[in-house]
Amino acid sequence: MLSIKNLQAGIDDKQILKGINLEVNAGEVHAIMGPNGSGKSSLASVLAGRETYEVTGGEVYFDGKNLLDMPVEDRAREGLFLAFQYPVEIPGVSNINFLRTALNEIRAYRQQPPIDAKEFLRLTKEKQQLVEFDAKLVNRSLNEGFSGGEKKRNEIFQLAMLEPKLAILDETDSGLDIDALRVVSNGVNKLRSDKNAFIVITHYQRLLEYIVPDFVHVLYNGRIVKSGTKELALELEERGYDWIKEPAYSNS
Amino acid sequence: MENNNSNEILDDYIDKEYEFGFVTDIEMEVAPKGLSEETIHYISAKKEEPEWLKEWRLKAYQSFLKQPEPHWQNFELPNVDFQAISYYAAPKSGAKYKSLDEVDPALLETFEKLGIPLSEQKLLAGVAVDAVFDSVSVATTFKETLKEQGIIFCSISEAVKEHPELVKKYLGSVVPYSDNLYASLNAAVFSDGSFVYIPKGVRCPMELSTYFRINTQNTGQFERTLIIADEGSYVSYLEGCTAPKRDENQLHAAVVELIALENAEIKYSTVQNWYPGDKDGKGGIYNFVTKRGVCKGANAKISWTQVETGSAITWKYPSVILQGDNSSGEFYSVAVTRNKQVADTGTKMFHIGKNTRSRIISKGISAGEGQNTYRGLVQVGTRAENARNFTQCDSLLIGDRCGAHTFPYIESKNNTAMIEHEATTSKIGEDQLFYLNQRGIETEKAVALIVNGYAREVLNQLPMEFAVEAQKLLSISLEGSVG
Repeated sequence: MLSIKNLQAGIDDKQILKGINLEVNAGEVHAIMGPNGSGKSSLASVLAGRETYEVTGGEVYFDGKNLLDMPVEDRAREGLFLAFQYPVEIPGVSNINFLRTALNEIRAYRQQPPIDAKEFLRLTKEKQQLVEFDAKLVNRSLNEGFSGGEKKRNEIFQLAMLEPKLAILDETDSGLDIDALRVVSNGVNKLRSDKNAFIVITHYQRLLEYIVPDFVHVLYNGRIVKSGTKELALELEERGYDWIKEPAYSNS
Repeated sequence: MENNNSNEILDDYIDKEYEFGFVTDIEMEVAPKGLSEETIHYISAKKEEPEWLKEWRLKAYQSFLKQPEPHWQNFELPNVDFQAISYYAAPKSGAKYKSLDEVDPALLETFEKLGIPLSEQKLLAGVAVDAVFDSVSVATTFKETLKEQGIIFCSISEAVKEHPELVKKYLGSVVPYSDNLYASLNAAVFSDGSFVYIPKGVRCPMELSTYFRINTQNTGQFERTLIIADEGSYVSYLEGCTAPKRDENQLHAAVVELIALENAEIKYSTVQNWYPGDKDGKGGIYNFVTKRGVCKGANAKISWTQVETGSAITWKYPSVILQGDNSSGEFYSVAVTRNKQVADTGTKMFHIGKNTRSRIISKGISAGEGQNTYRGLVQVGTRAENARNFTQCDSLLIGDRCGAHTFPYIESKNNTAMIEHEATTSKIGEDQLFYLNQRGIETEKAVALIVNGYAREVLNQLPMEFAVEAQKLLSISLEGSVG
């Protein structure tokens, strides 16, 4: 589904991603871990197409299409979803109006007619219950005055509504208490299927107790320096990140 | 990177065409250019006016001659050559129409093209329209239906003839002919506009609306609107306006007077879309307007809502004189400036009676090289016990070449007054756009979504039939402007 080859990118003259290689197939959950500043969130941003980053090398294919050639909205319409680490507030725009606009834009891209009002309401209710998102928040202005936890839960609600092929969760666990973490993880687990895939970016192993990954990758200094299964996350939890930072990579 | 990109998109957007820029080809009777007592005699004669009105015009003209140009505004006043303007232009086929059948089809077609069909079958249900083309009113719809309830809705020229006692009593009672340079000019040369009278206790059953169209070259439009809501009555009134694209600037100096007697309510909404000029600031309408209402009796209410997207320069302060005890005034405004447009707008609330309340919500949006100024005055007099005001004044910037300015004035002579002022300035953030893009929404739609969200509190005040139109207009006028 997603194929990243030797991806290099940075901001201004500072190189941040220094050759990322990653293959993600449908039905898989990949966790990307790593110390602060290793490039985890940058990878998410580059895949989603944030313009502050300049891609300087490598290639990314998404379902056989050149992802890096597409504008941000087309990547989304192709089925790539980013759950933001810091979701923005948009005053005066209701959550529901925003979601309907987004959904219809995506449908138009796929040459489907706009969703009818009744069906949209039904879908909203179903997904809101599925991911345990407070019905009151559905009609409020987009993220305006939401708590940190509510914003993150709204990201998962949107994920449920838009049904992307590939979802990238960028430190969705940061700032969540244990209950919110459980709700968010449950939501994601319910949405997992053999047709979609997830990339879960996290600093801590904690989240991976709830969302069990198929693969774990350690990102350090702009490269994936180690890959393994969920046991790798446990090892990292126990030993910290220092042992992977050692000799072989200090020359870069 | 943000700048490069936004400039590129801004450039695209700048090329967007003004939708209503066409010219109607119709034979017109146009007064010779220039302003003098002769001009006033000419207009007065054309309109077969009574002597008192001509005298009033002449006094206004004298007042106009004595006033210096104002200098306090937050833009450079363009040099308007009053002698280069023609002060009267009317379709030749005759300025008086008894029924729609007599109206030149080219005129009907013009309004149809503007989305204002004048035949009653095609009209929006529940909206009566007075259509003003250059200097004359072309048609007023639903007149008869309204008459059944004693409501008078007609052109001001007709009101002068049919209801002189009302016109004589109220014309100039809120905005005197000596009020300011442009109000004096208007009083001297006004040609047409709407007149509304709602009798005691009547709730006007439909929206009343006037549509103003400037068509002829080298003319100015000087319309005069007078709305009187008698005791316990209610009326909602809306005006819309457009003009052809022309390279020269055209002057639009209107005066609107509202009179709300005891327990009466007037809701006045404006969707202003005069031609704004091109991307280099060439052409466009100078929209210099004096709008003022008075809550004459106790518990009266006047509410101004304006969506200002057009004009090269918009300069107006729809105000309310809160004379009656417990009366209230509201001002809701969205003003958009882009390219080289300028807006210097806001309101004045004069608290005179006891327990008077006012509420001001102003939302400025600046894009391109647009300059947007909010200027407001809240004045509380010595008798105005327990006066209350709330002002919220927000500015939204799109791009980095535009400007937003605020000049709030507060004068209180009564220590029981409570006056609140809130202000914010924000920019459409790259983060907001990226977020919406990432959900599959393209940038233009994203900007429209953000702007409409920002302006929602004001748009919600518009009559339902027009809220959607205004929302579309906002989206269109900001297409492609990104910061």
